[in-house]
Amino acid sequence: MTSVTGVSVTEARRPPNRAPSRDRQQRGSDHAAWFLVLPALIPILVLSVGPLLYGVLLAFTDSQSGRTAPTQWIGGLNFRDLLHDTLFWESFRIGLVWAVGVTVPQFLLALGLALLLNQDLRLRWLARALAIVPWAMPEVIVGIMWRIVYNPDAGILNETLRNLGLGNGRDWLSSLTTALPAVIVVGIWAGMPQTTVALLAGLQNTPRELHEAAAVDGAGAWRRFRTVTWPTLRPVALAITALNLIWNFNSFALVYVLTNGGPGGRTRLPMLFAYEEAFRYGQFGYAAAMGCVMVAVISVLLAVFLVGRLRGGDDS
Amino acid sequence: MRTSGTSGMKTSTGARAGQYIALLAYLVFLAFPLLWLISTAFKSPRELGSLHPTWIPRHPTLANFRQAFDEQPLLHSALNSLLAALGAALIAVVIATPMAWVMARRRTLLARAATGWVVVSQAFPFVLVIIPLFLVLKNLRLIDSLAGLVLVYVVWSLPFALWMLVGYVRAVPPELEEAAAVDGAGKLRTLVSVTAPLLAPGIVATALFAFVTAWNEFFFALVLLKTPEKQTLPVVLTHFIGAEGVADLGPLAAAAFLATLPSLIVFALIQRRLTGGMLTGAVKS
Repeated sequence: MTSVTGVSVTEARRPPNRAPSRDRQQRGSDHAAWFLVLPALIPILVLSVGPLLYGVLLAFTDSQSGRTAPTQWIGGLNFRDLLHDTLFWESFRIGLVWAVGVTVPQFLLALGLALLLNQDLRLRWLARALAIVPWAMPEVIVGIMWRIVYNPDAGILNETLRNLGLGNGRDWLSSLTTALPAVIVVGIWAGMPQTTVALLAGLQNTPRELHEAAAVDGAGAWRRFRTVTWPTLRPVALAITALNLIWNFNSFALVYVLTNGGPGGRTRLPMLFAYEEAFRYGQFGYAAAMGCVMVAVISVLLAVFLVGRLRGGDDS
Repeated sequence: MRTSGTSGMKTSTGARAGQYIALLAYLVFLAFPLLWLISTAFKSPRELGSLHPTWIPRHPTLANFRQAFDEQPLLHSALNSLLAALGAALIAVVIATPMAWVMARRRTLLARAATGWVVVSQAFPFVLVIIPLFLVLKNLRLIDSLAGLVLVYVVWSLPFALWMLVGYVRAVPPELEEAAAVDGAGKLRTLVSVTAPLLAPGIVATALFAFVTAWNEFFFALVLLKTPEKQTLPVVLTHFIGAEGVADLGPLAAAAFLATLPSLIVFALIQRRLTGGMLTGAVKS
């Protein structure tokens, strides 16, 4: 998944069409290309593009699970209802807090780790291996594992706090105030690999000679980072941050396992909300409308973020 | 892969020490939940019930593993997961490889649209897809069946599979294919006998990645599979957590530990390719 962050880089640096003869040859045999593409194209159309469009249409109907009466076209009624659904907007707010709360610290931590892994340090192999592990683990198991860490009695967190004399600890995942921060920490841990690997790949692209020249000129570590490392790293950093925001906003399994949206809806991410609406209460149309709103708002926020960042880069 | 570390430069001892302290902090942060999971898996119920848990189990036991297998159909669901993941990985690479070749070699509208889809699908909102997908599969009578889940996993792993494979195809010099064409080999023959063998390591890595993705997947499996006998491992694992969120920690930890092993092993195999492939993807061309 993460590799897609490289798309822009690769696309941008793609060499110009080098073999004109191939281009000519290509036009004649395009039916062959279709033949090669169809086996993948049909499933994509039926199970990915199709459902996406179908989902947008569903948002304008009163579709429900297990109902015998035919589904009616109801126009924007779902959206009007949604506008007044305070529970949904509360969940939406939690989703944004979660997405930003995970993405930003995760980026900073991953950047630090990537910078360290780019150095010649002992134990680097261990850190590299460990940094990949959360990627390999099923999200459900990451959730289970942290439930055991957070467990009020048998968990290591409370035991450590007790040992340090910092009180008796608490039931992190069930308390109204700590549930969301506790879940966010897990989100940060789980997403470290993708971000670190992407940033490390970007770091290894920075020209070594420039680094050395800057060092010879007496530039300190921070100045070297600002003037040499960051400019090359920025496209990768932007891409992985944008993707992380989307992935985190759409995340489901982690929080489903950790808290299932509780306590009192404090960690009910929009995905959990829509899932319950669709598959517990059977309100397909309404849940689809939620999906549409989520996509729309995220697209707008992301566009603002990316345009702002790109502009900021031009000024400096 | 050669790293562009700053080893050549002199780093003050103070800075070095700071770096090691930071690295140590990262190691602790990344490792402690894993170690605690393993530690919990080997503790007796009595030890888990007592206050002041320790890192090293006082009386290590395998009872949790036995109990985990008794309580939930772990083996059966692992078999389901295995079938779904194998099926998805095989079908995904079989249909993705030819398409990746077209995407890498051609500049047609189709190839561009496919690349666009690969990028956009990264931002795919599952909420918007899952309900229609549910209805579509219901009409195809593929709901609550592993076959339906395999289909979903295939489509779901295609973007990344295509992305990886396009990179590998680009690494094969087109001149080789052209030479075969000059020698009179047909298009398909060229692909099968010239390109495919060179792609083999990349195809294996892609299949393994698709395998892990499907093995780990939870959301689609939760929604699409209702019959307990058909459920996959991640879904069954959530059954250890009771309705009130009270979990039997020992068996839970034991089962979680076992269920992670296959993904870890596969990931260890492809780790170098995954990070390396990404690097070449970014550095190359």
